[in-house]
Amino acid sequence: MKHHSFLKIYLTVLLVAFATQCSRSQQEINIQTEINVIGMTRPIPVALVGFSGEAESVLKFDLYVQGFSFVSPDTAQYEISGSNSGNVIGYVTDNFAKKNLLSRSYVGSSMRREAHAFADDIVKTITGQNGIAQTKIAFKAQRPDGTGEIYVSDYDGYNAVSVTSDDAIVAAPAWVPDRLALYYTSYKLGNPDIFYHNLSTGERRVFAGFSGLNTKAAVSRDGRVAMILSRSGWPEVWTCQPDGSNFRRMTSDIEDSSPCWSPDGQWILFATKINGRRTLAKVPADGGPVQRVPTPGALNPTEPDWSPDGKWIAFTSQMGEFDICVMPADGGAPPAVLVRGQDPSWSPNSRTLIFDQNDNYRQELSVLDVFTKQYKDISRISGSDSEPAWQR
Amino acid sequence: MKINKMIYPLAFTLAITLASTGCRHQPVGVTHIPGEVPTEIPNPGPGPTMNQNPQVGENAMPPGTIPTAGNWDVSQYNEDRAALAADTIHFAFDSAVIRDSEQPQLQAVAEAMAADQNAKLLIEGNCDERGTEEYNRSLGERRALAAREALSKLGVDPMRVRTISYGKDKPVDPGHDEQAWAKNRRDDFVLLHPKAAM
Repeated sequence: MKHHSFLKIYLTVLLVAFATQCSRSQQEINIQTEINVIGMTRPIPVALVGFSGEAESVLKFDLYVQGFSFVSPDTAQYEISGSNSGNVIGYVTDNFAKKNLLSRSYVGSSMRREAHAFADDIVKTITGQNGIAQTKIAFKAQRPDGTGEIYVSDYDGYNAVSVTSDDAIVAAPAWVPDRLALYYTSYKLGNPDIFYHNLSTGERRVFAGFSGLNTKAAVSRDGRVAMILSRSGWPEVWTCQPDGSNFRRMTSDIEDSSPCWSPDGQWILFATKINGRRTLAKVPADGGPVQRVPTPGALNPTEPDWSPDGKWIAFTSQMGEFDICVMPADGGAPPAVLVRGQDPSWSPNSRTLIFDQNDNYRQELSVLDVFTKQYKDISRISGSDSEPAWQR
Repeated sequence: MKINKMIYPLAFTLAITLASTGCRHQPVGVTHIPGEVPTEIPNPGPGPTMNQNPQVGENAMPPGTIPTAGNWDVSQYNEDRAALAADTIHFAFDSAVIRDSEQPQLQAVAEAMAADQNAKLLIEGNCDERGTEEYNRSLGERRALAAREALSKLGVDPMRVRTISYGKDKPVDPGHDEQAWAKNRRDDFVLLHPKAAM
């Protein structure tokens, strides 16, 4: 009799465990395939054991901002283990399938780099997606007097290097895709001019230095540049070829700002005002009529950024405060208002945003996983950090 | 007995090995992390690599508002910020429309420009801190250009006038209330005298 009830309990436990495993793997599938759950996806629970100090904090940061949460080993499907005494050694185990999924050691120039590389392998192993842990950003760091410099750093703000020493107002860095090169705005020569700066060689030159406003360069995958120029008497969207030839005015609107490219290079998306209302709009890259891009429910949209996979548009909405919003690029659903903040820039894998947030009248940069809404502030330079651009 | 004595240390060693590896395989792969951004990025500073006159294709100017000024360079002039300091004009929130109340200041600027035909003018457009950075950079430029257009109606040749937008980067009042914002939404007028003439 006693044996019998014990067996019953044992079987029940087994069944519950089996059911839990099923529902968990169901959840995994949802996370990977159901992309229409922006801001509402549940994080993937993992156990992190065996790491300490910098390696542990790097792994925690990298995984948290990519939609993972941390639980105890006996409740986690995935156990991330290893050590960082010496080089980083890491394992990923599926505790349900009782299977080792990843087993690697890392040899790099620093513990941080090794931990970042392991974090990318963890993300790839569990989600099948490319991680962001070894990516770079550029941003503007402003002093209290308004002047500043352009910086390049790891995506988490570490290893920041100033690439200018202009001691002038600077703004709006933009990466050239697949190159170690930036466009940005600097008032160094007494006017807001767009500079091209090759970070490998140190070569830099004025790319657009017309009378009036030259700002907010954005680069298409094939190197064409969209920007705001006021040379014709009003700030409007212009484009030109990668070599700086064939400057062409794309709009004759009244309040254009912040152009960006669709990833296929067919459209330029920007903020403007149409019929007295501030809106997003797009114009064919080869020229043509401007079309309104509605953002139902999100007022005063500015600073759009089109995700590299083409699926999403992130932007800033101003309804009293600034909010980061994301909507499907095809307009299939209204924008999701995610967190307070402005000037979002997509990661190369189209899952994470870097943006800036007001902290007591200074800006600081944060990284946001758009699916789980988990975000963290990155390491800070000094003064006010803003206008982030993710290298991609 | 003898066999036991030999097996014991073997089993012990095996147990230690298992414990230390946590019953796992040794890492099967080694990832050598490849090159990264050079930690020393060459910094060009100001110098010969800068080209002040980019070679660009000059397309036909589209019709509409007055094209921005020609080739003269602000650095060839001495800035006189005091002369027109009292003539700063102010704007409503999120607007580049010049209000009637600002006409007397514009009239004074136009008279100063008429009195000194050698002088040129720099209009600096500014915004309050509400609004995103690049939106405000465009808004500041629109405010400066609106004043330039209004001055041309008062007889000032727009080719003598350059504009610069500081967006929200140069507030005159560092406060965070409507009183400060109202002061910061402004165009400052800077009279420019040719350096050679001074």
